[in-house]
Amino acid sequence: MKVTIDGISVEVPDGTSILNAARIIGGDIVPPAMCYYSKLAGSGGKCRTCLVKVSKGSEKDPRPMPKLVASCRTNVMDGMEVQNITSPEVIEARKGVVEMLLINHPLDCPICDQAGECQLQDLGFEHGAVKTRYEFDRRTFNRIDIGDKIQLHMTRCILCYRCVYVADQITDHRIHGILNRGDHSEISTYIQAAVDNDFSGNVIDVCPVGALTDKTFRFKNRVWFTKPVEAHRDCDHEKCKGEVTLWYKGDDVLRVTARKDVYGEVEDFICNTCRFDKKKTADWVIEGPRKVSHQSVISSNHYDFTPLPVVKTNLVLQEANKEQFERETRL
Amino acid sequence: MGRKLLLEHINVPGINTFDVYRSKGGYASVEKALKKMTPDEVVEEVKKSGLRGRGGAGFPTGMKWGFLAKPEGVARYLVCNADESEPGTFKDRFLMTYIPHLLIEGMIVGSYALGAKTSYIYVRGEMMPQIRILEKAIAEAKAAGFLGKNILGTGYDLELYVQPGGGAYICGEETALLESLEGKRGNPRIKPPFPAIAGLYGCPTVVNNVESIAAVVPIINEGGDEYAKLGIGRSTGTKLISAGGNLVKPGVYEIDLGLPVEEFLYSDEYCGGIANGKRLKAVVAGGSSVPILPANLFLKTINGEGRLMSYESLSDGGFVSGSMMGSGGFIAFDEDQCIVRNTWNFARFYHHESCGQCSPCREGTGWMEKVLHRLENGHGSMSDMDLLVDVAKKIEGNTICPLGDAAAWPVASAIRHFRDEFEWHVTHASEATTRNYGIAHYADPLPAPVAG
Repeated sequence: MKVTIDGISVEVPDGTSILNAARIIGGDIVPPAMCYYSKLAGSGGKCRTCLVKVSKGSEKDPRPMPKLVASCRTNVMDGMEVQNITSPEVIEARKGVVEMLLINHPLDCPICDQAGECQLQDLGFEHGAVKTRYEFDRRTFNRIDIGDKIQLHMTRCILCYRCVYVADQITDHRIHGILNRGDHSEISTYIQAAVDNDFSGNVIDVCPVGALTDKTFRFKNRVWFTKPVEAHRDCDHEKCKGEVTLWYKGDDVLRVTARKDVYGEVEDFICNTCRFDKKKTADWVIEGPRKVSHQSVISSNHYDFTPLPVVKTNLVLQEANKEQFERETRL
Repeated sequence: MGRKLLLEHINVPGINTFDVYRSKGGYASVEKALKKMTPDEVVEEVKKSGLRGRGGAGFPTGMKWGFLAKPEGVARYLVCNADESEPGTFKDRFLMTYIPHLLIEGMIVGSYALGAKTSYIYVRGEMMPQIRILEKAIAEAKAAGFLGKNILGTGYDLELYVQPGGGAYICGEETALLESLEGKRGNPRIKPPFPAIAGLYGCPTVVNNVESIAAVVPIINEGGDEYAKLGIGRSTGTKLISAGGNLVKPGVYEIDLGLPVEEFLYSDEYCGGIANGKRLKAVVAGGSSVPILPANLFLKTINGEGRLMSYESLSDGGFVSGSMMGSGGFIAFDEDQCIVRNTWNFARFYHHESCGQCSPCREGTGWMEKVLHRLENGHGSMSDMDLLVDVAKKIEGNTICPLGDAAAWPVASAIRHFRDEFEWHVTHASEATTRNYGIAHYADPLPAPVAG
């Protein structure tokens, strides 16, 4: 199946979503996704940040789609042409969605543990307005402890449902879901029951914002002061590979997370023992420093620049991106 | 005087019981369909009738039935959407209360046409009396051999169940209804796949409005071609209109589609004009989610033609100067009504009913409600109107289900047509809390009748 996204064509297998096709191309044309998570079945379609315009439906039926579509849940057709960053309509709609997401999100980044690796922060930086037009009270909730290791700060939640899918698919018993409706809906365990499961800690990793945080790491440090290091151990749990990222400050392991790729998605879910209990260097076999996404502040001054394929082939664009090319060769 | 097809025997005492309904020619369509017609012939007849879905979107029912996937060995379902909760619409409740057997008769014929062995009527949770009425009617029909095993000796089996909902507006959206029917949280599904391919329990499903299913009965009795003769253009047949607001005679009326709106509004046979000798200010033509129109644009299109009660004529002018047929919830506002307050009221409803799944609708509906509340109470500013239009535009078309559109349209259209009234709420803030703006230039051209 051939699909063209922002003028760049790619061959993808049948059943690939537009978003995944864009990820195969990579670079700037990948629509942002706040709720879609490739490792969780059924996720996506909710946050609407990945909206794209389908300007040509397929080779057989070239009519454009009447509305913007969620690229994470729309499968490609042969000959489909998609516009993402080349469509002002899409950029405008995305700007609207980001504004909506930020309406009830507290701007408490200075005290939020997620700051620096927050997907909403990146999204707001790229697409958000300088100033909010919302002049009313924001919804607030009390913080809830989900078990002794995870804290839920519902005020920050953007209701992406990722943690609900984790609770549904990765853990054994589903005791975690959405209560209420509309903008007063909340993620909760009914009624504040502890999530007692070997894989419950993964809800922290999938959360795109700072709504679910690791209580063993809360307020310990800013993430950009810590150094990510890849490590593994021989984990007893049959479902856990024990491959993690350790976050060092000096000689101390401040926290342990799963390894996240460039889209903020974990490579393998890890068990709670690895995440919460093994915080000594002696517990781990160190592999080496972890490369992090060029977007992240953690990698400041260590940019990992991947030029778009279209840039690689077009001399005019190469000239325009000269600085990045030079930096890439320097690194 | 238009022909009554659905409400012909509505005034017969005891029509809600099986015996009286049967004596008036009830269940004739079941006999005709099951004994003389194949399922495909029934579908063909409905296609010929040109019946359009009466729930709001106006999608041709016959075409919807034709789209149903029919894989071997997989159950198919017909689900009746009786989750009527649009402000201003009460036709389905009326139908279920007074003539429940009509719906059941339609369900049997529809299920036969689609090959469904089990069918459901999903009734809104608040309608407890109607649920009891339907359950009693189903028991009567079953006792008479029209439901259950081997109906009328034709070998066709059908079980019909009534399922009460939890009272959520969003469950009127067909995929949210199916989720709710499956016992899950009533969140709309992301389409595709459409219910015709994978609906209830993953099986092919058709979801139809109560009135659409009831309309199948006269179509089978009289033939699709006969039915198509009623109405005008692509709007065939009759339609139930639930008229409400400042009318002399509010209520449920069955009209031939194509009736002039002036006649519907002012003739004594229908609404009888505006109550208390007042003048008409604005009309919501098809339930709260459709664009509101000022009286002058409602009575005549922008080209000066008289508007008709039909799908095409009401949407003449698009969203700039037209509205929609919607579900037939006709709300008339007289000169004493405040458009800002009404718009706020609608926005409050959509804020409350948003499921909270996708972000533009979840956050945007609440935002619009708060801005409108501020305007209504005299704390607004001139930029609020542009803000509202912009927020409505950001919601519209960017959501999973049509609830986002339904929330955005009334707000956007109210500001488009009644901007002076919104501005007056800002410039005369203290006055706006004590009196209404009045009628201004969009009054109906008809002279106000002299009161008393």
